[in-house]
Amino acid sequence: MQKTLVVNLDLCNGCKLCELACSFEKTKEFSPTNSRINVHVWPKTAEFVPVVCHQCDPAPCMKACQVPGAMIRDSETNAVIINPAECINCGVCMTACPYGGIGLDKKRLVFKCDLCKGEPKCVDVCPPKAIIWAKPHVASNAIKRISADKLRVASKLPVK
Amino acid sequence: MPYAYVGKLLSVDLTTGAQRSEPLNLDYARKFIGGKGLAARYLFDLLKPGTDPLSPENVFIIMTGPLTGTMAPASAKYCVVTKSPLTNIWLDTHAGGYFGPELKYAGLDGVIITGRAKEPVYLYIEDGTAQIRDAKGVWGKTTSETDTAIKEELGDNMAVVMCIGPAGEKLVKLANISSCYRQHGRGGAGAVMGSKNLKAVAVRGSGGVTVAYPEEFLKACQEVTRKHICEDPNAEFGIKWGSPSILWWTQESGTLPTRNYQDGQFEGVPKIDATAVLSITTKRHACEQCPICCSNYVTITSGPYAGTKVDGPEYETLTFLGADLGIDRLDAIAKAHLLCDEFGLDAMSTGATIAFAMECYERGILTPKETEGIELKFGNHEALLAMIEKIGKREGLGNILAEGSARAAKTIGKGSERYTVHVKGLELAAYDPRGSPAMGLCYATADRGGCHLRGWPIGVEAMGSTGSYWMGPALEIDRWGTKNKAQLVANQQNNYYAKFSLEICDFGIWEDEPMSYLLWTATGFDEYRDVNAFELAGERIVNMTRVINVREGVTAKDDTLPTRIFEDPVKTGPAKGHVVKREDFKKMLDEYYTLRRWDSEGRPTAKRLEEIDMKDVALRLPWIKPPKKEA
Repeated sequence: MQKTLVVNLDLCNGCKLCELACSFEKTKEFSPTNSRINVHVWPKTAEFVPVVCHQCDPAPCMKACQVPGAMIRDSETNAVIINPAECINCGVCMTACPYGGIGLDKKRLVFKCDLCKGEPKCVDVCPPKAIIWAKPHVASNAIKRISADKLRVASKLPVK
Repeated sequence: MPYAYVGKLLSVDLTTGAQRSEPLNLDYARKFIGGKGLAARYLFDLLKPGTDPLSPENVFIIMTGPLTGTMAPASAKYCVVTKSPLTNIWLDTHAGGYFGPELKYAGLDGVIITGRAKEPVYLYIEDGTAQIRDAKGVWGKTTSETDTAIKEELGDNMAVVMCIGPAGEKLVKLANISSCYRQHGRGGAGAVMGSKNLKAVAVRGSGGVTVAYPEEFLKACQEVTRKHICEDPNAEFGIKWGSPSILWWTQESGTLPTRNYQDGQFEGVPKIDATAVLSITTKRHACEQCPICCSNYVTITSGPYAGTKVDGPEYETLTFLGADLGIDRLDAIAKAHLLCDEFGLDAMSTGATIAFAMECYERGILTPKETEGIELKFGNHEALLAMIEKIGKREGLGNILAEGSARAAKTIGKGSERYTVHVKGLELAAYDPRGSPAMGLCYATADRGGCHLRGWPIGVEAMGSTGSYWMGPALEIDRWGTKNKAQLVANQQNNYYAKFSLEICDFGIWEDEPMSYLLWTATGFDEYRDVNAFELAGERIVNMTRVINVREGVTAKDDTLPTRIFEDPVKTGPAKGHVVKREDFKKMLDEYYTLRRWDSEGRPTAKRLEEIDMKDVALRLPWIKPPKKEA
């Protein structure tokens, strides 16, 4: 069964190690600008949201893309891949994405997460394990567990 | 472009508005690593001895380390180096968060700021160049308001801002710099920014950092994270509880400053300890690239301070806004912590100065007339909050306390000096040296005054810390004796000074080997394959800051401890009855100078400076005679 990448918003603590692991894998440089995953930070309220492609299926970016062969789905990993040979770097896929999963780099080339050919580098470096790389039902269980825990605690509160 | 460093420094003169970039001096970088050490070498060149810290001539340096912005664990730190208005000597003050890495992504290893702007300004650095922008609109605003307003004005919520609050603007000598909700706390660096009419520095970069040996470096990052953080029992406290857990250790060892250092244990600890802090923690918060994630974001939900939300309180704030003031209310401590952050005040020195004032009040030296009716007694949390505000605004008694405890005592007079607890003007940190004599020596010889981050021998002496990194070669240590203590302090200082130049966090890696290895693989400076080179660099940096201090007038008689530490025995706990004996202290200090190969005045000698590759520095020191020319 193919594994899937799921982000657990509750667990992210804002350390951004994922950005460095990703950019280093892709460019041999530590540079958040070149990272396929970005953590957005609201430091005053200690809120952190990792932004990355969720490899939707069907994918709005692929639907929006009007250039044949520019976006393809990797049959091994299920990742949506940009094919540089065909892509015209119009950025329409970026605007079609509901989650900010696609970006333009400094040279104005479209780039996005390709799941590192099935071994995403952001996963291992994430200290709070907010990025999950697991079989779909295992990944969803990890998310459910967090909600279950909240309910467990809440149900113990005295009734007013 | 060199590896690990980005190879460029930016100098900005706020008087003329001129800016100039220059290549990083790689010979300096090689010898002094980065951060603190590298900035010290530059400060030695740029700062005229005797400069008034609040004059336009003072030099304000922001410096990153070679690992900042890479994946090396716990290395997001960077420092501000300047001459301190609180102590009139060397000051380095470090912060984590996001600023340091962003500066490197903006293509700069450091920024050197001099002069004074005519009107309030802030600096916006984007990919290597700076704009001096009008800050009249944010002048007077608190640190979080400033952070938000500047990001809004720039239209870029990814910009990272370091700024001062109202305290820095009013040249409060306890003023800190807020860096994205982390703080450059000690020594009044915020007042230096204030004196330059510099409200903030914002930075945004799109570049990156490369390393010399990518594969080895990446592997080392993973290995060091596993072995020296995740599996190291000494790092567990940071991951599990954060710094509040240190309260348990100081309480147990009787070294917790209580009621202005009158005692070494505080009965209120269970109400403010790590368990209590975690019970109100709503989120853990990490600095960039840090696997530890030590910071506790707390929310107060009930009582008079309901609605208070703050990143902290940390161990030092729990002590100086809690135990040292006899306050055992966590909600009040959190509120006080938030107030200090928003005014831009060092919570440690501010708390310690208020503790001094509380003792003066209880002894009748200060009266309700001077405090304007505030009942400035130990345990009164409302008095604490009122005084923080007065200090932040320089109102009434706050205007006197805003100068720090040493100067305040001179103004207040009436023998109040007897109750100050500082070294060289910097209030002692939260580890009582009466229960740890080597800690006393460490405070007395720390470059910026009474600081706990220039060595931490108390761990070995009083808390049962083990591991080679606490002392170098294994030393036989008896808690109350003096044997090997000077060696312990010297070893630890070499390690800490190198570490704070590498800009690794105090809660991260401790051993020299992994740090040296990361430095080597990142920079490609091959001498650091040998750990001895790293330790030698540590000693070099100790001497560099010492040279700057001696040049500013520090002598052996300044390397001392507060009278209270020498004369007033601890009242309760394991350290009960103990002081640091003057004869013990003198013995340790003499031994320390000998080990350092400094003269009896505590001055680095030509011979040792030459041996550690600092001849160029030695030749410029007034107390070192130039070598005779051969006939």
